[in-house]
Amino acid sequence: MSAAVRREYHRPLDLKRGRVELAHGAGGRASAQLVEELFLAAFDNEWLRPLNDAASLPLPAGRLVMATDSHVVSPLFFPGGDIGSLSVHGTVNDVAMAGGTPLYLTAGFILEEGFPLADLKRIVLSMAAAAKAAGVPVVTGDTKVVEQGKGDGVYINTTGIGVVPAGISLDGAAAREGDAIFVSGTIGDHGVAIMSKRENLEFETEILSDSAPLHRLVAALLAACPRIRVLRDPTRGGLATTLNEIARASGVGMQLEESAIPVAPAVAAACEFLGLDPLYVANEGKLVAIVPAADADAVFAALRGHPQGRDAALIGRVTRDPDHFVQMKTALGGQRVVDWLTGDQLPRIC
Amino acid sequence: MKYVDEFRDADLARGLAAAIAREADPARRYHFMEFCGGHTHAISRYGVTDLLPPNVRMIHGPGCPVCVLPIGRIDLAIGLALERGVILCSYGDTMRVPASEGRSLLRAKAEGGDVRMVYSATDALRIARSNPGREVVFLAIGFETTTPPTALVLREALAAGVSNFSVLCNHVLTPAAIVNILESPEVRSLGTVPLDGFVGPAHVSTVIGTEPYEFFAEEYRKPVVIAGFEPLDVMQAILMLVRQVNDGRAEVENQFSRVVDRDGNVKAQALVAEVFELRREFEWRGLGTVPYSALKIREQYAAHDAERKFGLVYQPVPDNKACECGAILRGVKRPVDCKLFGGACTPETPMGSCMVSSEGACAAHYSYGRFRDRQPVATSEAVRA
Repeated sequence: MSAAVRREYHRPLDLKRGRVELAHGAGGRASAQLVEELFLAAFDNEWLRPLNDAASLPLPAGRLVMATDSHVVSPLFFPGGDIGSLSVHGTVNDVAMAGGTPLYLTAGFILEEGFPLADLKRIVLSMAAAAKAAGVPVVTGDTKVVEQGKGDGVYINTTGIGVVPAGISLDGAAAREGDAIFVSGTIGDHGVAIMSKRENLEFETEILSDSAPLHRLVAALLAACPRIRVLRDPTRGGLATTLNEIARASGVGMQLEESAIPVAPAVAAACEFLGLDPLYVANEGKLVAIVPAADADAVFAALRGHPQGRDAALIGRVTRDPDHFVQMKTALGGQRVVDWLTGDQLPRIC
Repeated sequence: MKYVDEFRDADLARGLAAAIAREADPARRYHFMEFCGGHTHAISRYGVTDLLPPNVRMIHGPGCPVCVLPIGRIDLAIGLALERGVILCSYGDTMRVPASEGRSLLRAKAEGGDVRMVYSATDALRIARSNPGREVVFLAIGFETTTPPTALVLREALAAGVSNFSVLCNHVLTPAAIVNILESPEVRSLGTVPLDGFVGPAHVSTVIGTEPYEFFAEEYRKPVVIAGFEPLDVMQAILMLVRQVNDGRAEVENQFSRVVDRDGNVKAQALVAEVFELRREFEWRGLGTVPYSALKIREQYAAHDAERKFGLVYQPVPDNKACECGAILRGVKRPVDCKLFGGACTPETPMGSCMVSSEGACAAHYSYGRFRDRQPVATSEAVRA
């Protein structure tokens, strides 16, 4: 327990056998105890510590970016991560994709009455570890409790603020004909890891979620090539949906090469027997980079030179296309459209 | 991926494509129907059409279980979920099938119905066991491939006395549908749908074997090549069909011999026969009422037959007037011939059943092939006479 925690309570929170109660969200003593003994103890930093209604923050000069992301993933714990670390990575990456250096995070928890405090502690510690590893403090937060049956254990919203270095301008509408399209590594790992633990669907796989903060990789890429036009993390809807979003926003088409797209053999195998297409399976630690053709070599070298880009690949080119089709030469040698995700291939993925 | 990549190899595909191009007689046109949605999907997803010469055209057949499920049957399931308060379990594909009044199972779920997606019939039975106070109905769909698992759970439910479990049976039969197509006026007398042969079902044939197709080959003089669902399987089957047509043969050949034999899975056939019997007739979306084309649950299992248990009465519901699914399923029209295609009817907002499942002719064309519509391609000649 941190020295910052006040010692008014004689009986500490039972983090082994206790459960979330409605009182923990009621704003009274129980709420304060949960905040101090669990959240503050885990996240402790100079901005959170005063426990004021709002954090008071110094901001560096420059353009600010802000992103928010709510996490409802099921199951809460999955191979390679949990909702806690995911909620940090999700928002850090959204800030990073705008070219921002993430500075601060907020955390909003919606807890379901009856949820084991031991599980909550595990999630909060994982979240704190992820925030620490990313170098981004959680500076303010909120906790609400809903009645049993009205939530699903834990939902976490995080909001992040970052600052964009001068000279960097990333925009989903900036892709131009001839640009090179890169992906930073194998696709579909997160979705398959989640699916392997879903009720009624459990299967053995060595695949771990790729959930990871990408801002350091982004910094390395932008240092190597400040003219990068678009960065996106292909989360829900997978690579295919992200590329379609960019193609529409930029008013262009794309031509991909299926054999160039990196897919781990275990992911390919799982998708095969589940009848899924890895192009549509979620990622939480990969990015798509669209760069001017002249910078392609520099970006490729920067990607491959970073531990998070070891499996990076040039997967296609931006084309002129009034219909904004993302097309792909199949491994077999045919041609197909790579369309938007239809419906929900797999709900509650992040 | 071992045992998968080998069947998607680009070099082998080029070799097969060259052989098809070499052997296909330029003076002749070849029209082959792939019966199964699995083949339709493979052809579209891997772009097999691009590897075929212009005079070899594939017609997408009705072998997509979701596509042929008529509106009235989905209405029955929705009624069970919304009015009878059952837990309605179904495979994910059926969730978005459009039913009456703009409804679907997904919509019924949003309206408060307890609709659950399951991955197997066994999951539905498990839900029944863990909810003894609720009625649980499994909406069973599919061809011969998914019928044995339904038979198994029915047998288990009866043996274990899981009295709150029943099945709304919509299992249909492949041979009956093929006969229906071959007997349709467009094929038989009018000649508007030239059909020179079939790429025969993959998984269905693992259950029923190759023997049931011998009748079509003989009676209708149409070659049948049973093929696996991998793109190279389909291409090899096309080559075998081209050779049969060139030689004037009409035989059943088995490209999928690594899994399929003449007799099929005799044990599964016996299980199905024990639990199910033929329906006198069944409505297929697109094909209309087809005699002896579906299965119903035998009297012995009546307690687990949702139709008997809930006194369900089937009401046929006509498709949207502008919807061409029927003609598309019979190979009379192509997706682009439908006024609704790509406008009012897309995979996001399906009007007709062919747009619902990725195995449907319209969804496959929309999702994988619609870039072809904006340039003249060799296969785009009008199908209508």
